[in-house]
Amino acid sequence: MLDVKAGDEQSFALLLHRYRSPLVNFLYRMVRNREQAEDLAQEVFLRVYRAREDYIPSAKFTTWLFRIATNLALNSVRDNRYQRMEISLDAPVTTDAEDGDEKTMDVAEKHPNIEQHLIEEARRKMIRLAIEKLPEKQRAAVLLHKYQELDYGEIAKILQCSESALKSLLFRAYETLRVELAPLVAQQARP
Amino acid sequence: MGCGRMEKKIMGYVDGRLKEGERLEMEKHLSTCALCQLRVNEFRAVDVLLDEVPMIEPSAAFDVRVWARVAAEPGKQSWWAWFAPSPRVAFAASMLVLAMMWLGSRPAEPPLNASEVETINQNMPVLENFDVLSNFAPLTDLPQPVQADEGSDTNQNQQM
Repeated sequence: MLDVKAGDEQSFALLLHRYRSPLVNFLYRMVRNREQAEDLAQEVFLRVYRAREDYIPSAKFTTWLFRIATNLALNSVRDNRYQRMEISLDAPVTTDAEDGDEKTMDVAEKHPNIEQHLIEEARRKMIRLAIEKLPEKQRAAVLLHKYQELDYGEIAKILQCSESALKSLLFRAYETLRVELAPLVAQQARP
Repeated sequence: MGCGRMEKKIMGYVDGRLKEGERLEMEKHLSTCALCQLRVNEFRAVDVLLDEVPMIEPSAAFDVRVWARVAAEPGKQSWWAWFAPSPRVAFAASMLVLAMMWLGSRPAEPPLNASEVETINQNMPVLENFDVLSNFAPLTDLPQPVQADEGSDTNQNQQM
């Protein structure tokens, strides 16, 4: 980032290359919409670029980056919630709430038959839905902890809370996931 | 350690991030509390399940869009930029210098000679005398000024 600050565009390209995938995935899991996640990730990079001259390396770059991303995601989730509340009054009733599901990559060799493939697809969907149902701050805590592998101190800075509050957030999130995913958890936890 | 204190420690234990002393304390508690042991197992199961969520790849146009937005950013100018050479300022400054040089290069008016000064001094009392000027023949040919105020007053009186 210090090279970017010095006006080195190649360093910005490196930042883009290194962080685009973690950012898009984090934002996708936060806002549940791929297009919106990419828009937000672009906004994060733009803010990094804008702030390059004022950047002071007081915290880890990753912490700063995900703090921008988390704030954007939380605002977006709140905006979407109000938008959905407005739309839902006139929206047609759909029987399948998962119409907008993203299709993920198939790994053919891992699925010897279609039945097993469908079971695994349903399983992944269940896990994803359980994550999506978490309150947004708990969701952000889980995503940063599980997928970005940041330490508690960094996550606490990103979420602007104490480490103790973060541990409570994670505990409550895992409790909810444990209940939501009870059938899968029971299979997994079976000795 | 009681079950109530598990809340703050359990995630660290599942992650393997507890300090040695805390970990031993936790294991001591777990060996006597089946409920907490079950919760630890279930949290570990949740952790494994979360690994099953697939990653997505950013679209092919992602980088292009970022660069396009970066390119559309207006350049940020600091106050030092005031000192940076600007074509408009340079043009204006050179025009000013040229104008000053042109004015400076014009020939100065020749000074008056003694006879001209004498003539002016002779005429000065005449020019300063109002009576002489008001009766000066060429000026009497000029049209008399209209006395608008008097005329309008007369009309108003007639209307009344």
